Amino acid sequence: MSIVAENLSWGVRRRTIVSDVSLSVAPGETLGLIGPNGSGKSSLLRLLAGLKRPASGRVEINGEDIAAVPRKTLSRQVAFVQQSAATDTNVSVSDVVRLGRTPHRSALAGWSEGDEAAVRDALERVGMTSRRKQAWQTLSGGERQRVHIARALAQAPQVMFLDEPTNHLDIHHQIEILRMVRDLDLTSVIALHDLNLAAMYCDRIVVLHGGRIHACGSPAEVLTPRLLKDVFRVFAHVEATADAARPHIRFSAD
Amino acid sequence: MSVGVQDGSGVRLALLTLVSAVVLVFAIGVATAIGDYTIGLGNVFLAIGNGLGLTGAELPPIEESVVWDLRLSRALVAALAGAGLALCGAILQALLRNPLAEPFVLGISAGASTGGVCVIVLGLGAGSLSLSAGAFAGAFAAFGLVALLSNGATSGPNHTILAGVAASQLFNALTSYIVTTSGNAEQARNVMFWLLGSFGGVRWPDFHLLLVVVPMGLAICIYLARALDAFTFGDEDAAALGVPVARIRLALFAVTAVMTATIVSMVGAIGFVGLVVPHAARYVVGPMHMRLLPACAAIGALFMVVADIVSRVIVAQQTIPIGVVTALVGVPFFAIILYRARPQT
Repeated sequence: MSIVAENLSWGVRRRTIVSDVSLSVAPGETLGLIGPNGSGKSSLLRLLAGLKRPASGRVEINGEDIAAVPRKTLSRQVAFVQQSAATDTNVSVSDVVRLGRTPHRSALAGWSEGDEAAVRDALERVGMTSRRKQAWQTLSGGERQRVHIARALAQAPQVMFLDEPTNHLDIHHQIEILRMVRDLDLTSVIALHDLNLAAMYCDRIVVLHGGRIHACGSPAEVLTPRLLKDVFRVFAHVEATADAARPHIRFSAD
Repeated sequence: MSVGVQDGSGVRLALLTLVSAVVLVFAIGVATAIGDYTIGLGNVFLAIGNGLGLTGAELPPIEESVVWDLRLSRALVAALAGAGLALCGAILQALLRNPLAEPFVLGISAGASTGGVCVIVLGLGAGSLSLSAGAFAGAFAAFGLVALLSNGATSGPNHTILAGVAASQLFNALTSYIVTTSGNAEQARNVMFWLLGSFGGVRWPDFHLLLVVVPMGLAICIYLARALDAFTFGDEDAAALGVPVARIRLALFAVTAVMTATIVSMVGAIGFVGLVVPHAARYVVGPMHMRLLPACAAIGALFMVVADIVSRVIVAQQTIPIGVVTALVGVPFFAIILYRARPQT
């Protein structure tokens, strides 16, 4: 499914946080959203997912304006993974993944074969099948994030938005999560902090700066020493790798 | 209906339902049997059967009269009030994602008390009907204030809790002010008694009202149980799962306000049931609301009927306020649950 955003703007009171953003994501593409803290990544992601209403502009998913699509219908197509969503409730792994079926079930309908299959597949894809009865509270950070992704998968979406899904994870789990998302047969938009990981796993990168799009293109096109200095205020060498589109950034220590 | 639910949980659930129904009926029987004039348990059930036209046993008229005119309505009101308060606690805990949430914390009970006190002490209106009306109006005033302070139904859960605490303080202060400035000793004693809860005055019309309000509240809540589950990871997460968050919150807050106001206006502000019962129920049937809500209703009903029995027998010739009993019985019980439910890491 394709995503098209036209002239999105959004703010709180007088402060503009997202300003005149237009972008498009092709079906099956993995788009990385990078930018310094406060650049509007999270807000833009929520606007694209329909969790916030833009002050102006519109978002189309597969040619349909999402403002006109009912919440529940939208949730059957679009999943959203928050950064480290937490709960105090004593739920099990399979309870959490089952929540992903919410948009597909009517208020009193029973649990169907289809629901069960979706949950089973989702757990399988994130490698948590053997842990399905384990209590959520006993999982590590990486496992929790995998379960959140399984829950999003159980929604059977065609588009997935992820807000810094690798936050607080060690490097092994960061790579594991991003590889998993890249290999999914979905259109996905990921807000990320780690520029090298963005270069490794995203097909295209959008750079946000002060709520506006500063640059957009393949990792090699976008991640230049000049941009890193202008937007992220760091000095870095950008080195070519075996894959010409995916450079490696080496930050300067001074 | 449910495919692939964990092994044997269907059987377990059916058994649980059956056991709780039997225990509840038994407890209501005991509550009806016990009092200044003790009636045999067998005769209690025969008297109930006679009244319903199911049996035709010969019983002393005084026993039938005590059962039907005094005690049965009281026991049934206790059961429904307990079920309703427990349900309100479960809903508020889920919506506000706070294990401490219950009608008390949100100031709804405090508002009802103030409304009731206005009627008892200041003599606004007269008779028992207007006491209920006053409590009902007070509960809704508190609900409105909390909604206003927390800036509509869209603000964060902690904001709502803080607004509730503020409303509680305000209404409790108003209650104390009214009692100390214009009440004589006798009135103050009555008010204290009513504030701590009492089933003493309830009769059949109260039961009939609760029989409408509480099952209807339960039905609405069960209809929205799936949506409540979706609040597990917060409002935004619920929205991402397709739940119309603002609408559901408002609907459920309104349902809890109506139930709490009705119950408090009838039997006073009985604390702790809304807090402790949902935790106990979660311990038995887990956190998912499709099971949790009926379990809360059942356990709440049982808890309140038993508390009412205890309040009448613990001190001879005297009835302890029910709120005192629920707290004294509830706190140690709560401590056990907290201790056993801590995460095993």
